[in-house]
Amino acid sequence: MSAKGEIRIEKISKAFGSLLAVKDVDLSIPAGSYCCMLGPSGCGKTTLLRMIAGHETPTSGRILIGGEDVTDVPTGSRGTALMFQNYALFPHLSVLDNVAFSLKVQGQGTAQRRDQAMNMLKRVQLSHLAERVPAQLSGGQQQRVALARALVTNPQVLLLDEPLSALDEFLRLRMRSELKRLQTELGITFVHVTHTQPEAIALADQVIIMDHGVVEQSGHPREIYDQPHSPYVARFMGGQNVIFGTVGTKGKDGFAVTDEADNKYKLDSALALAKGQKVAFAVRRDGAKLASGKGRSDNAIKGEIRNIEYQGTFVKVALKTCQKDEFLVYLSDGEYFASPRKVGETVSAIWPIERNHYLEGENNSSGDPTGH
Amino acid sequence: MINKDWVPYLQVAPLAILMVLFVAIPLAVLVTLSFWLSDGISLTPTFSFDNYKAVLTSFLTWKLLLATLKFAVLTWFFTLVIGFTCSYFLVFHVKNLKLQIALFLLCTIPFWTSNVIRMISWVPFLGKEGLFNSFLMMLGIIDRPLEFLLFSDFAVVLTYVHLFTLFMMVPIFNSMAKISPSVIEAAVDAGASPFMILKDIIIPLTRTGIALGSVFVVTLVMGDFFVIRVMGGGQSSNIAAAMKNNIDQLYYPDAAAMAVFLIIAVLVPIVVILRIVDVRAELAR
Repeated sequence: MSAKGEIRIEKISKAFGSLLAVKDVDLSIPAGSYCCMLGPSGCGKTTLLRMIAGHETPTSGRILIGGEDVTDVPTGSRGTALMFQNYALFPHLSVLDNVAFSLKVQGQGTAQRRDQAMNMLKRVQLSHLAERVPAQLSGGQQQRVALARALVTNPQVLLLDEPLSALDEFLRLRMRSELKRLQTELGITFVHVTHTQPEAIALADQVIIMDHGVVEQSGHPREIYDQPHSPYVARFMGGQNVIFGTVGTKGKDGFAVTDEADNKYKLDSALALAKGQKVAFAVRRDGAKLASGKGRSDNAIKGEIRNIEYQGTFVKVALKTCQKDEFLVYLSDGEYFASPRKVGETVSAIWPIERNHYLEGENNSSGDPTGH
Repeated sequence: MINKDWVPYLQVAPLAILMVLFVAIPLAVLVTLSFWLSDGISLTPTFSFDNYKAVLTSFLTWKLLLATLKFAVLTWFFTLVIGFTCSYFLVFHVKNLKLQIALFLLCTIPFWTSNVIRMISWVPFLGKEGLFNSFLMMLGIIDRPLEFLLFSDFAVVLTYVHLFTLFMMVPIFNSMAKISPSVIEAAVDAGASPFMILKDIIIPLTRTGIALGSVFVVTLVMGDFFVIRVMGGGQSSNIAAAMKNNIDQLYYPDAAAMAVFLIIAVLVPIVVILRIVDVRAELAR
């Protein structure tokens, strides 16, 4: 017996004409969890969400909510509620009637549904605006109305399509914590689509990162941030440097790896690598230190400092190296100001061997959140 | 350099001049004329309420007013149903934008010909020996021609609907096309049936278009004298047609008084429509 609000997606595909938007996706989202689907625009995350909501019919595969096959169940009766990206409030109805609309659909009497809608509005602190129409509200207020409207039917699953993208920075952070608080209070499953990586890791119990219609990696945010599966995931999540090199001989302390500029690295000897193989691995930006560029040491990359940005708690140093991407090092401000650097200086970034994380996935997309 | 104080006046001048030339002056002439007297040959400038007394106390005027309103209501009803349905189909069922534009233009093609041609073309179709009667007789559905098809109220309303449906459809199409698809989806998400979506979402959001279209159709029908003459074949009449009779017999002041009466009769439904729907506020939205 599956718990209420558990979502299982089995071999779901969706084609629009000849374009395959979602390819053979298998997923499981536990009941009562906060799940973020993350990826650049056009990666299929919104299509997947709309299929869970029932606004799109899958070309093949099954969707189960709470253990029940809802693939062919109409939108209004599968226990989900969708919060639209642009809120999609009914422009001709008052805030109260907007929230009460789905109760009206269920056939509740006017007084009863308005009472219930009013309680929901109190919950999102908007009861004082109940008689206004949506055009008279600010973006943040419209957002709350949309949230109240979605929650008023007590859905098992709340689906949110880019809920925070239309808000300014300040409101976004406030709404973000409010969403998390609501989810904890209600204990229902939230599935939240976003292209913003910090939003996903701040909110989610489970992050699903997608690209080109497939799930690249799914797991706890820490796992995805710390142990990305592919160069794409590493770049998209940020916080990592991706390095490409060629495998050399296997020594007792691991495989020797060399890049184009003859920088030397070591990868774990337990990996199944062959000599001459091209490999990619990731190094966390906050895991490396800077050393003056003379000496040659293992597990170091040489480069010229391109940019130095003070960020308050840390200092971000960008190196131009032989690799495609800039190599970024985050140094704590104490550490950096103990030996400040200058732009144009040649230095080495060094880090312990255990910091190397081998990337087994092949996807090498840029991870630019706004598109490909 | 123009004095700054004059600038706003200059800005409203073009519209103001047009309104004065084509609305205010003709209206003033009309109202003045309605107080004059005529003996069928010459006009006597005076200030007399005799014309109004004649118009308002005549049983015929009120009968004609009733007929005029009947045509307006019938035509309004049919153009609304057809115009709304066509717009609904174009906006919500034709997904391809190019096809939508093409179909919309198709609706306007009859307007490449004149009103008269479109109207007259009904005659050979509806007449006693016409296509429709012959067809029905050929199928054996009727054994003698249906008389009511042509030169009847039926023919008049049919022609009005044919001529004026587009005036209803265009404004409705316009306001319907402005409805965001995600608003409809939000209603679907709430579990609303297609009928509820129509009743609670689409119709309320289309009411500006319905109001504007209704104003067009009602004024066009109430002001017509030509269709009713040709298609009514002398069997039907309305206020404008009676006015035309007066003009033909050179009773201009009588016609003018009737015209003023008609203007008021048209203004009443329009004021009612605009009271129900605040067109200005909704257009600004």
